[in-house]
Parts: sequence; structure tokens; C-alpha cells
Amino acid sequence: MSELDKHGSNLPVAEPIPDPGLPEHQYRVTDVDESQARRTERQISLMFGIATLLAIGFCVAYVTVDFETTFLGWSAQNFALGMTLGGALLLIGVGIIQWAKKIMQDHEMIEMRHPAKSSDDDRVAVLADLNAGIKESQIGRRPLIRNSLLGAVGALALPGVFLLRDLGPLPHSQAHTVWKKGMRVVNDISGLPLRPSDIEVGQLINGEPAVFFPAEGEEEAEIHGHELLAAKAKAAVVVVRMRPDDITPDAEKANWGIDGILCYSKICTHVGCPISLWEQQTHHLLCPCHQSTFDLADNGKVIFGPAHRPLPQLPLGLDAQGYIIAMSDFPDIVAPSYPELARDQKRLDDENNRDGA
Amino acid sequence: MATDTYTPIQDTKGGKKAAGPVGWIDDRLGVAGIARKNMRKIFPEHWSFMLGEIALWSFVILLITGTFLTLWFQPSMAETVYNGSYEPLKGIEMSQAYASTIDISFDIRGGLLMRQIHHWAAALFVASMIVHMLRVFFTGAYRKPREVNWLIGVGLIALGMVEGFAGYSLPDDLLSGTGLRFVDGLIRSIPFVGSYLEFFIFGGEFPGDIIIPRLYMAHILLIPALLLGLIAAHMLLLVYHKHTQWPGPGRTNENVVGYPMLPVYAAKAGGFFFIVFGFTALFSAIIQINPVWAYGPYNPAEVTAGSQPDWYMGFSEGLVRLMPGWESTIFGWTFSWNVVIPGMGGLGLLFTSLALWPFIERWITQDDREHHLLERPRDAPTRTALGVAGMTAYGVGWAAGGNDIIATHFHLDIYTLTWIFRIGFFLFPVIAFLIVRRICIGLQHRDHDNVLHGYETGVIERSPSGGYTERHAPLPASTQYELTARQRLPQLEAAVVVDANGVENQAGRKERLRARLRHFYYQGVLDKPTVDEVHHAEEHLSHFEGHPNSHGDDFGGVSDAGVPKQH
Repeated sequence: MSELDKHGSNLPVAEPIPDPGLPEHQYRVTDVDESQARRTERQISLMFGIATLLAIGFCVAYVTVDFETTFLGWSAQNFALGMTLGGALLLIGVGIIQWAKKIMQDHEMIEMRHPAKSSDDDRVAVLADLNAGIKESQIGRRPLIRNSLLGAVGALALPGVFLLRDLGPLPHSQAHTVWKKGMRVVNDISGLPLRPSDIEVGQLINGEPAVFFPAEGEEEAEIHGHELLAAKAKAAVVVVRMRPDDITPDAEKANWGIDGILCYSKICTHVGCPISLWEQQTHHLLCPCHQSTFDLADNGKVIFGPAHRPLPQLPLGLDAQGYIIAMSDFPDIVAPSYPELARDQKRLDDENNRDGA
Repeated sequence: MATDTYTPIQDTKGGKKAAGPVGWIDDRLGVAGIARKNMRKIFPEHWSFMLGEIALWSFVILLITGTFLTLWFQPSMAETVYNGSYEPLKGIEMSQAYASTIDISFDIRGGLLMRQIHHWAAALFVASMIVHMLRVFFTGAYRKPREVNWLIGVGLIALGMVEGFAGYSLPDDLLSGTGLRFVDGLIRSIPFVGSYLEFFIFGGEFPGDIIIPRLYMAHILLIPALLLGLIAAHMLLLVYHKHTQWPGPGRTNENVVGYPMLPVYAAKAGGFFFIVFGFTALFSAIIQINPVWAYGPYNPAEVTAGSQPDWYMGFSEGLVRLMPGWESTIFGWTFSWNVVIPGMGGLGLLFTSLALWPFIERWITQDDREHHLLERPRDAPTRTALGVAGMTAYGVGWAAGGNDIIATHFHLDIYTLTWIFRIGFFLFPVIAFLIVRRICIGLQHRDHDNVLHGYETGVIERSPSGGYTERHAPLPASTQYELTARQRLPQLEAAVVVDANGVENQAGRKERLRARLRHFYYQGVLDKPTVDEVHHAEEHLSHFEGHPNSHGDDFGGVSDAGVPKQH
């Protein structure tokens, strides 16, 4: 009791329960019974043996199973190669770990730790060396050398920055697309021009400018390759037909459609995904990437989601043959916003003699 | 036991032959000195120490399979007409990057397998790093002296995510192109410099013709080199600090108890490499991942519904979906808050708070000791609750990244779901914090009771007066020690704002903040029992009529069926 009382007076530092020390070592079956150890040995070498067979099986599958063969509707070659390789690897791994757990000695050993920091001696010695080095270099006594060197090395950053200049061209206004007055709106797959009678109320057609497809008598389209991808990323459109009564256009957009046929940019103003989910009943167009939702009956206004700007609308008209054409480029900038957007939009409005949206 | 007929290696036939070359090497490199220090280095054992190892081995698998893929992959956006053996795509115009990916999948034997192993290993790499980080966080293993290694780890996760993104953008299929389109929108949204960055990175307007070669360079050279360097540093520091261990009988802050590197850990770790490799190979044999041939080549005018990035990008993706459509124009500059805040800010906030946490915690606790013993999550309730709150916010972001899938699978309204996640992103973490903190403190109380009053044996006794009580028995000494082998809480004192002479403390405001945070950090946390309490408890148990040990020292209570159990 008195022993404990003494401890009690020493409360904050003493441990309530003394460390009983490492428990006594427990022997495994394989440590004490040689026949068990031999059994484990056989098990492990069996795993390694099967692994060898599987490795050979991999090579056999490599030369015998061809691409066309299927297994459960899935490439038989991939299945055979993967199962043999994976099986071999797994068996080797399990075998080695079994060896470590059952055969290798398992006495726990103790190693002492040392503080992470260096010894005080080391610190003093390093400081002395450092001072000697600094003193001998005279870097403190000759600030002219030091400062001019710092300046020179600092100036080396300039070539580094300049070298990066040709990574790309300077940004230009992204206000214009390939659309222009008189260009036909064509089906994005067939490339055929559209007539109002081709489109039923409630229907949505993915459209593209005619310039993406070869003109009559031509082999190749005017735009192709990378230019085509870049142009498509801005010029893709959707053409929808709604009941004219349902549409509530802004004053300036009153005659941008033909009998309820309207054309909007397909590129989301949020981060540029092509918008494609059309809800006929509500006239809503939903972007599959981040669920921004635009009301096509109400000037492409955002009604939900992270987009901010309405979907730009393309003014439509008819050409002499009765096909749908664009009456101009997009009056509003398409695709995601960028820092200079507001300025570019203002310039575009001035070009179009528009009071701004 | 087997009779020991071991011949020292230098006396065996092979050993005698090798002596010359080995001597030659040591004469020049002095390897014996390094080997002597490390060959029998002790590592402690616990299943959770294996998580980081999974990350390490998946990285090695990525290097091996990635090298294989580079033998055929063509990082070029030049247009070509596909003419390989995959029928549905024949005659279609596509980039060489996409065509060569299809070739690897259908015309190179084992190519599809290697591609799938590469992708599975990448998903596993990021996953295991994150789980490993959670283990380190919740056990306090990042505390002094391991803060620098924690920072390296945070860097590894960040780089791993960028590496993964660059990787799945390379095939130039519809899905990866959509991902790049998103990144383009994200880059553009950066205030002031967005357009410049976009034009410089993409070499002009999106998509340009140079982004794939540039990503390829980053994916196979720049980022892997950085990862390799950081992993090497991570491992070296691990060896220098020696691994942390759980407290227990004989395991103290001054020692490390476990098995030696040679042979046990060399075998276990080496064997584990084969197991991780084997699992990813089996996965790739039976579970399809990223079937790029099914998506078709990239076309900026097409997208598939339910487009999802790789899982580790889900958090960012979700935040972008949750953000309201805020955009403003100030002095002619357009600011797309709707993209830049969730896109850049989400991950920025996550990684900044991860990097700063060890230093914030140390500033609050003022704990300058070295910690080599792990803490049970319940013994640091505030840290644990903060961690779970962070996980909750991450989880909400992640779920929001799949809100369209959730909506269609469970027939929910996507707008309602988005609103739930919008509110939940702020509300759920707070709820999680409060609940988890309570649970931790509750568990501490249970430990406390078990140490002081013993555990419930299940033996019911009737007293002479007719009352029923359950008999308690003390836990084994080793368990009692494990439950109390942790640090005492510090004394909480009010901040010194005015000194004895009435002069205001210069650092008063900072001190007051710290005092408040200390109070928040330690509030309600239960300290381990004092020596006095244990002494009283022992006395109490010994005065108990009919000593609980009447069943023998290793009596462990009774089972549900009333059968006495042994410890």
C-alpha cells in the first residue's frame, strides 16, 4: 500500500499501468513439429510449381488463342493471358509470404530508436565549417560580387521565360465562328441541307455548317483535320422546332426563327461540352457533363446548373431553294467564358450595331 | 526440430566462387557498410502498414506495363484512316494516338491485357495512396519528426492524380477528349491569364494539334521522374525515422519491435509485389476497364450521356456540378466563378489543408516531442472528427460527380439531388464532426471503465438482500497497458493577456486564439486514469466478495450460452 501511495503523490508523470514487457514468444506448429514444417514446405513448392506451369500456359495461350475467339462474350485471348499471368504472379506471391509466415523464424526483435536530430556536436561542427567557408569565400566582404552574381543568375530566368513564348500563339478573340450569312444548316451526319418541312414539332436535329461537308462536285470539304475539330468545337448547333405559341423570344430575336424552328449553339457555355439531352415537353436542353439546363423556348436561358450565359442563338432564314440558312454568325459568343469575353462581346455588338444583350 | 546443418554462405561452393566479385565490388563501393546497417533492420508489423506498400507496388507495375505500351503507342494527333482488325471502326478518320491505342488493344497480343493492367494499377495507385494517407492521418503518424514525409506524401497524391489524368487523356477517344474539353474550360476560367494559358497549353484554340504529344511527355517523363524522386525520398525518410508502431507491452516510444528486413520483410514485401501484380492481372483478365474502342474517336460535337472521369477526379467533377452559375464582369474582365472556384479551389483547398494540418495541430497542442507511437483515432477525438468531416465533404463532392448516374438509377430528380448535395457539402461535414467526436469520447469512456472497473464477465450474482449484480473482472495486464499507453493531456490554461504588472502581452491576440483552439481541441477529451484511480479501483476489486479470479487467472467471462471462456 505505501508503495502505491508514493506513486500517487507523483500523479501526472507516472504510468497508471506498468509496462508488462514483451509477451513470451509463442511457437508455431511448424516450429515444433518437423512433419508439419515439411508439409508446409510441400505446399509452398506446389504453389511455385503451378506458377511455373501457368507461365508456360501463358506462352501456349499466346500462340494458340487468336483475337477472334471469344469466351463468355469477351476476348478469350485477354482472358487466357490474364488468368495465366495473374495466377502465376499470385501464386508466387502467396508462396513467398507463406514461407515468411510459416517457416522463417518469427522471434520479434527490438531495435532502439535515435532522435531524428543530429547531435549537438555535429551542429556546432557544421556551423563552424559553414562560417569558415563563408569567411574564406569573402562573400560578406565583397557585396559587389555577391549582388552582381545574384543579378546575373536572376536574369537567367528571362531566357527561360522567353523560350516558352512559342508554346502557342497569343490569344485572339474567340467571337467568330465559321457561320456566315447564307450558309446552309446541314444534318451533322448526312451533311444534307434541311428544309422546314423536314422538322416536326418537338424534334431536335444536330446540325453543322455546310462548310464541314464537301460542296457539290468536290472531293473534300473546305475545312478538315485539326481545323475541322477546332471549328466544330464552336460551330456545332442544334435545330429544334417548337409550337410558335410556346416561344417567348426577346424583341431582337423575334424573327430569328422560322415557324417555331430555332437554332442554338450546341456547345455549353459552362465548360464546352456538346449539349444533347432534349426534353421535348418542357423545351429544356440538358448538358450531360454538369447538368446545366437551358430553356430553348425562352432564349436559351439557364434555368439550372453551373452555366451562367444563355445558349447563343443563330438567326435563321431560308434560301432561294427553301433550305434553312444562317442569317449571320452567332451574335453572342459561343463556348465557355474566358477573361476577355465581355470586351470581345462588346466589340462584336459594335460590329453588328447591336445595343448589347 | 531440424538439426542445424547450416554452412555459412562464404564456405559454400557458390559462395567461394562469388567471394572474388563481391570483394571487387566492396573494394570500390563499400557496400558492406550500408548492408550492415540495413540488412537486419527491424520493421514493426500491422496490417495497416501494408497500404503504402500497395501504392509503391502499383507504381512499379505502372512503370513495367507503361514501358510496354510505349513500344506501340503513337502520341500524335495527325489524322489517319483506321485500317486495323476492329471492324466497327474500319475506314473512320481518327488521330494516330487513337488508332495506335486500338491497335494495341486488337492487334498486339497481350496488348489489351497490359493496357487494362496499366489502367487498373493506376486506379489502385491513387486509391491506395489515399487510404494510406488516411491511415497516417487518423493514427497521428505524421507528427514530429515525420512532417516532411507527410508533405512528400501530399505531393505524391497530387502528382499521382495529374499523372492519371494525363494518362487517360492520351488515347484521344471521345471520353478523354471530353475530359480535355473540360480542362480547357477550366484553364480559360482562370482570371486574367486564362486565354493565354489556354493558347499556350493547347498551342492555339482548343483542341489544337499538339496537346497529346505534350501530355505524353508529361505522362511518361516529367511526372514519373518527379514521382520516382519523391518516392525515393519518402522511403529514405521512412528508413531514417524507422517505422512508427502501435503501443503495447514492450513497445515504447524509444524502440521498434518487429521482424528483420532479411529475411522476413524482404520476403513479405517482395511476395506482396507479386500479389498486387497478380491481382491487377486477374482483374484485367475478367473486368473490362476503359473500352476506348466503344467510344469512338474524339469529336467536339459529340458526347455520351453519363460521361464520368476516372474515380479520383470525381471530387472536382462533383464540385463543378454543384456550383451555382456565378459569373461577373469587373472592369471589362470576365470572371467565371462557376468554374474556377470549384475546379481550382476545391482541390486547392483540399491539398492546402492537408499540407498545413500537421503544423496547425502542433501550433494548437504545442507538442514538441517526437512521436513514434501511433495514436488510436478515439484518443484524438478532434483530429479524428475533423478527418471524418473532411472525408464527408469529399464524399459529397464525389457523389455529386455521379449525380446523373444516381438520379437515373434511383429514379430521383436531378435538380433536387443537386440541391441536397449543395446544402450537404456544408452541412453533412458539421454533422459528421459532431457525431464522430461524440463517438470517440464515448469509446474513450468505455476504455476508461474497462481499465478501472474491469470488463463485464456475464456472471450474475445475487446478493443476500436479493439484488442482482454482474461481476466484473480485471482485464489482462497487457490489455490494460495497451489502453493506457498514451500521452496525458496537457493542462489547459487561459492565455496570458496581461502580465503581473498589468502590461498587455504583445502576442496577446495570437495567444488568445491559441487558447481558444486548445480548448476546442481538447474539450471533453478523457485523459487516461491516474495512478490514484487505478489504485482505488484495484482496492475496490480486491474488497469485492468472492474474488473474480476464482475461475482461474485466464477466465474470460461467459459466452452467450453461459459457458466460461478462457483468455
